[in-house]
Amino acid sequence: MSLQILLNLIIAFVWMFLNNEWSFLSFTVGYIIGIILIGLLRRFWPYDFYMLKVWAVIKLLLLFLKELMISSFTVIGQIIRPKLAIRPGIFAYTTELESDWEITVLSCLICLTPGTLTLDIAKNGRTLYIHAMDIEDAEIISLQIKQTFEKAIMEVTR
Amino acid sequence: MEMIPLIGELLIGIIILAGALLGVLSAFGLIRLPDVYLRSHAATKSATLGVLLILTGAFLYFAFYLDHISAKLLLGIVFVFITGPVAGHLNARAAYRSGVALWERSVQDDLKPALKKSRKEKH
Repeated sequence: MSLQILLNLIIAFVWMFLNNEWSFLSFTVGYIIGIILIGLLRRFWPYDFYMLKVWAVIKLLLLFLKELMISSFTVIGQIIRPKLAIRPGIFAYTTELESDWEITVLSCLICLTPGTLTLDIAKNGRTLYIHAMDIEDAEIISLQIKQTFEKAIMEVTR
Repeated sequence: MEMIPLIGELLIGIIILAGALLGVLSAFGLIRLPDVYLRSHAATKSATLGVLLILTGAFLYFAFYLDHISAKLLLGIVFVFITGPVAGHLNARAAYRSGVALWERSVQDDLKPALKKSRKEKH
């Protein structure tokens, strides 16, 4: 993937050399032309076109922002309720992600989802202990983690 | 022509006010909630979003009214966004490991047997 980015930068610089114009604008034009060229020639690469990865990263960032919004309003809703109707608890969740990097991102995401907080990660690195504000939601929460977060993270890393 | 700055000012005002309100409400949550883990729920999420909103409002104000793009504010937004949840996680983990009890109305605790087992293996 880094090789594709390097090639794209080289194409942009070649474009600047060809035009003999050294500005940010011509760099941008050259970079866009490079993206189009690499996209057209993507079947010669052993791995995927790198803009797909960039798109996946953007989607993950948007997911982060959305979850942060939802979760802070849920927490506020619980706080200002006249009677505390929460049943907190800790549940274990086994993830399919493997590398340290993926698990770090996942636990940051969990910390920002409505009513959950990562408490501890087991030695084997596969089991996360999550403190939930409402343990009755545990099933729903783990299903949501499995379906949306893990999928979004996997799209970025593999 | 005069409408646009007015709407912009109103929007920035609303963003900053919302951030301040979120900060106040999460401080209220710190007082109200019963144990350290629930408090860190309030502190990590709402306070992070509140600070983010205030910084975004300040950034928009500088960008539109003083013609100054402040990269430091953008960096601040990114740093707070990354470090907020990590700090919440570390606080809660340290509290659990040093034996702070859960609230008595907590219903489930999967971590306790696991922690006991791993400590036994170490000795």
